[in-house]
Amino acid sequence: MTKKLLMSAALLAGSSIFNVAAETEFEFRGNVELQGRLFTEDALFPLQNDEQFSLAFAPEFYWSWNNGDDAIEFVPSYRLDQHDDERTHGDIRELAWIHVGDDWETRIGIRRVFWGVTEFQHLVDVINQSDSVEDIDNEDKLGQPMINLSLVRDWGIIDFYVLPYFRERTFAGPEGRPSIPIIDTDNAFYQSSDEENHIDFAVRWAHSIDDYELAVSVFDGTSREPLLVPTNPIDPNTTLTPLYIQITQVGIELQANIEDSLWKLEMIHNQNDIEDYWALQGGIEYSQYGVFDSNADLGWLVEYGWDERGEDSPSNFQNDIFFGNRLALNDVDSTEILFGLSYDLDFDSTNVLLEASRRFGNSVKVSLDMRLFESDDFNDPIYLFRRDDHLQITAQYFF
Amino acid sequence: MKFLKTSLITLASVLVLSAPAFAGEAEDKGLAIAKESKVRDLGWGDTQARMQMLLRNQHGETSTRQMRIKSMEQENDGDKSLTIFDSPRDVKGTAFLSFSHPTANDEQWLYLPALKRVKRISSRNKSGSFMGSEFSFEDLTSFEIEKYTYKYIKDDTFNGVDCYVVEQYPVDKYSGYTKRVVWIDKAEYRSQKVEFYDRKKSLLKTLTFSDYKKYLDKYWRATKLSMVNHQSGKSTDLTWSDYQFRAGLDEKDFNKNALKRAR
Repeated sequence: MTKKLLMSAALLAGSSIFNVAAETEFEFRGNVELQGRLFTEDALFPLQNDEQFSLAFAPEFYWSWNNGDDAIEFVPSYRLDQHDDERTHGDIRELAWIHVGDDWETRIGIRRVFWGVTEFQHLVDVINQSDSVEDIDNEDKLGQPMINLSLVRDWGIIDFYVLPYFRERTFAGPEGRPSIPIIDTDNAFYQSSDEENHIDFAVRWAHSIDDYELAVSVFDGTSREPLLVPTNPIDPNTTLTPLYIQITQVGIELQANIEDSLWKLEMIHNQNDIEDYWALQGGIEYSQYGVFDSNADLGWLVEYGWDERGEDSPSNFQNDIFFGNRLALNDVDSTEILFGLSYDLDFDSTNVLLEASRRFGNSVKVSLDMRLFESDDFNDPIYLFRRDDHLQITAQYFF
Repeated sequence: MKFLKTSLITLASVLVLSAPAFAGEAEDKGLAIAKESKVRDLGWGDTQARMQMLLRNQHGETSTRQMRIKSMEQENDGDKSLTIFDSPRDVKGTAFLSFSHPTANDEQWLYLPALKRVKRISSRNKSGSFMGSEFSFEDLTSFEIEKYTYKYIKDDTFNGVDCYVVEQYPVDKYSGYTKRVVWIDKAEYRSQKVEFYDRKKSLLKTLTFSDYKKYLDKYWRATKLSMVNHQSGKSTDLTWSDYQFRAGLDEKDFNKNALKRAR
């Protein structure tokens, strides 16, 4: 029955995309994912396991009317984890009404927004909270309630945001891996007495001029990045509680496409009551097309990350260099291999990432990821992941 | 004497540098044919259509890609286009915005829906494969007179149609080709066949156009384009359908906000 319903929904969506006469168009799609992690070393913490399986579901519902000038998007997500109660979680990634005018657009509801140009770290990207329990790379984001007005002008696109509610970062629990199980995930400290109800504001101007992409943004409100402070400072075995302070962050993004290379720079100035600081991430991406006498493309990436707070910085990338390769075979199955390495110049620690993916048929995609952590300095935030080298296999079915 | 020698060298280099200005009859005719085919296609305004790509590898295995393409003609500039991918399903919702320019670098952005990210990509990817197909990015951008220099070669018939055969030499050093040999029919100035020569000057691919249809009583569009790669044995068939002309697209359908909401 459900399958029938899904099929008719899919048929309806397929047949109505270009049907101008249709009043309301509805589209349903999404994916189901099965994921397994296999750890190669004994766990650092007692409750952690050597394998961890999970199942995730992310459907997408889309309605549009007024010839596409009005639309509602609804994207819930849910993951069921074998061991970790924190990773068994749901979220509303999107639930928003989008209205398009001639040279303006409003987007009201829960959404995800990405700002930035660099590949290994996203300093400028501050609108959404990271769903860190999904993956420690912080690429997954929680839905953020917002009122967003976007104006399109000859001199660029300017976006205004009112963000009326704050989402706490998610962290893996004691049974999760990789995890920092000494974090108290049930509590949080706030600098503002409004706590999660503090209203945040942001504005961003972005423009393309010939071969250059430019953006300047200002965010004023609750920091998405928590500071981890001892819950009980006099207890040597204390847990750590996330502290969310108030910040004003100015972000600059610059990308220049010069000859064969993309030059990328993100720079932030973060003003707060503890310690103001500058941070930057920048580098070059260079691509070769048709390598090895084939259709394959090979990309080379080099970036550097710096944070003014130095070794005391809560950031993992206070003085780090990054190197990466991206190989796209451009074959029928879209086979891709991504290799990434980060080296911490202060702590001499190394992270290695290898991601390989390909499609099977028209609807299944399989990814094999490998992560290695090499750290000997207990002052390095990565030190707690030193025994968490793992292989991760993900099979996704798209419908 | 030394003066004379220098003068002669200078004169020689002037002659070499300004060669196009003294272009011969074949060059003039080649350019005139290109201009005529461009002029006959002016004024189409905007279009939207569906495109299917059938990819076939050397073992005969096939895979399809489906997309919708919206295009808009620009006055005194290259076209703007927005491509929305519908299948394979894992790339559904991915969209590609391109502003093509006759002489300046093209501007291209890719929208990655899983990351909500708009990425400005390198316009030096001309020779790179489009979606794993035998079409490269430069094969799919709008034709602009300034992108090539020309030379008329001969008259020929292709599939029983009388054609001019013109060689086109890409101006951009990042092109994947040293030349394209194009068969253009004499009656309607439509491309019937193109041979692509790689940087080593050997024949790389052949593209043939078929099932031309006329829209708005003036604009010819081929329904089927077949690209065969002679070096790899792979091929791609591209089929257009549901062409709509002047369906009311405007500038707001071709900016980064439009790219982000493309479905």
